[in-house]
Amino acid sequence: MQAVVTLDVRQDFSAELNFSGEWLIGNIIKNRDTIIAALEKPDFKRLVFNGKQITRWDSQLTAFLAHLIEVCRKNKIDFALNDFPAGVDSLLNLAFAVPMHQEVTKTARQISFLEELGKIVLDFWEKTKDVCLFLHRVNASFARFFSHKAVVRKKDLLLEIQRAGAEAFGIVSLICFLVGLILAFVGSIQLKLFGAQIYVSSLVAISITRVMGAIMAGVIMAGRTGASYAATLGSMQVNEEVDALKTMGISPFDFLVLPRALALSLMMPLLVVYADLMGILGGAFVGLFMLGLSPEDYIRMTMKALLMRNIIIGIVHGAVYGVIIAICGCYQGMNCGRNASAVGAATTSSVVYSIVWMTIATAVLTFIFSVCGV
Amino acid sequence: MAEPFLEIENFTVAYGENVIMHDVSFTVNKEDVFIIMGGSGCGKSTLLSVLTGLKQPVKGSEKFVDKPFWGNGATKADRDILMRKAGILYQSGALWSSMTLAENIAMPLEQYTTLCASEIKDIVALKLDLVGLGGFQNFYPAEISGGMKKRAGLARALALDPEVVFFDEPSAGLDPISSKNLDDLILQIKENMHTTIVMVTHELPSIFAIGTNSIYLDAQSKTIIARGDPKELLRNPPNQILAHFLTRGEK
Ligand SMILES: Nc1ncnc2c1ncn2[C@@H]1O[C@H](COP(=O)(O)OP(=O)(O)OP(=O)(O)O)[C@@H](O)[C@H]1O
Ligand SMILES: [Mg+2]
Repeated sequence: MQAVVTLDVRQDFSAELNFSGEWLIGNIIKNRDTIIAALEKPDFKRLVFNGKQITRWDSQLTAFLAHLIEVCRKNKIDFALNDFPAGVDSLLNLAFAVPMHQEVTKTARQISFLEELGKIVLDFWEKTKDVCLFLHRVNASFARFFSHKAVVRKKDLLLEIQRAGAEAFGIVSLICFLVGLILAFVGSIQLKLFGAQIYVSSLVAISITRVMGAIMAGVIMAGRTGASYAATLGSMQVNEEVDALKTMGISPFDFLVLPRALALSLMMPLLVVYADLMGILGGAFVGLFMLGLSPEDYIRMTMKALLMRNIIIGIVHGAVYGVIIAICGCYQGMNCGRNASAVGAATTSSVVYSIVWMTIATAVLTFIFSVCGV
Repeated sequence: MAEPFLEIENFTVAYGENVIMHDVSFTVNKEDVFIIMGGSGCGKSTLLSVLTGLKQPVKGSEKFVDKPFWGNGATKADRDILMRKAGILYQSGALWSSMTLAENIAMPLEQYTTLCASEIKDIVALKLDLVGLGGFQNFYPAEISGGMKKRAGLARALALDPEVVFFDEPSAGLDPISSKNLDDLILQIKENMHTTIVMVTHELPSIFAIGTNSIYLDAQSKTIIARGDPKELLRNPPNQILAHFLTRGEK
């Protein structure tokens, strides 16, 4: 059975709405739109709702009635409900018992361009102060650590070192091997034109050690470890665990931020060395098995291109990235709001900011190194 | 004779421009079970975070057993020292999720005492037994139920034999029996260890069962609109809002 509603308009400016059938959610209401349209432009003043022939009903009926009542009120139609099932009346009363809060409904205020600009500048200034304060606290925390005053659990520190170091080996191996492979492959296409395929080894060795190894390790660690710092600290914030530390007089910087920052700053340089190795292996894979270069030549050329200077520059990049990632992750985590979606936002921001700052740092370092002539 | 334990004078508390409460003054006496009541969103949790030194009041002063805690030149270091006399049970338990229950409870002991490992172990076991969680030493917070987390949080709050324990809605999310048991536990602790209790709660049965003094914060006027023994307040409600609150809107 369908839900049916029909409108009878009489001569004396009155009308009757007859409801019949099964008013259950999922049933189609016949004539729904025409009835609503008729009520929007009424040619009558009084309306009687007649519910005598309703066989079964649920919220579909009450929701539709509530809608019609709103329309009637808006268009100043007098209405009455006759012979509706008992529950319908009380549900409608309940629904209309609390008047809509006019003042609650938010209206967007028009903001002028200048006002917007001013707000952005002020926000930026506030944020900068906030970040500086954070850095100051991290610094103070390191100072306490080196004077043996910081509360750090050795177990936590070792666990963080394991997480930022050994546990990242798998993914770093895979990605860096593939990056070495891609570099060699793409490079070989060009070098083949000159018959200089053997220089693939130098290409890979130099680009991987000087910057690519560090960048790849950095990006991986930003997504893997930095994000996990933000998420862990953020959910500790939500769970009042950080408050519990503070009220116990334990600095959350010493207890939470320090071991993470320390672990990542110590592990990143090591990961970069490992990433260099994997990248060179990836290049060698292409050189030996796809380009058919002889192993002796390949190794000799690689050794020639492997300069201590480049390796150290790569490691310096890695160390800087480690600090950046740890700071972005921990900052976002410690400044996380107190709900679940804030944790998600903090995690995303930590990765975005890490990568942005890594890029900026790379530009600065490249400039510095080129000015120094290395 | 009642000795004052916490003396709060003229607190104004705000988030940025948004004033949450003003002119809040009250005194918690030693061995009181002091209840902070009020409707949802009136700032009870916020007040508790001021009382525990997490949030700074805009105005006003607090004395913690005659020593300045807020105002009168009190510094963060002073507050840290005073807070060692306090235990806090957070709404969610707030156990450190990367540590086992035993490590959670041992943490304050390791921080502030010179006990050796085996002594700490004994104390941890005792505190866990006290809250009915003996044998759960090596469980992680994620592996126990919400009610158990609350009790474990209480064990941690009690680790240093505090003189005062702050509770934020201890019985929220507990069934009536567990909530009654928690009340009994709180009373037992208070009686045997002479602890002062400051508690935020909505739970009327607990308010009447254990409260000895109280304040009611009103969200509309943003200040205290009633104070005194909750049972007395029920008998002679000073205003309509309180009568409503204490009888669940029946009067
Ligand atoms: N971090 C914050 N920033 C801004 N405003 C806040 C913040 N935390 C709470 N508030 C505001 O302060 C008011 C009081 O919040 P609070 O959490 O103290 O209420 P409550 O009395 O504990 O409520 P409930 O009984 O629901 O726990 C609320 O109106 C809330 O909007
Ligand atoms: Mg609260």
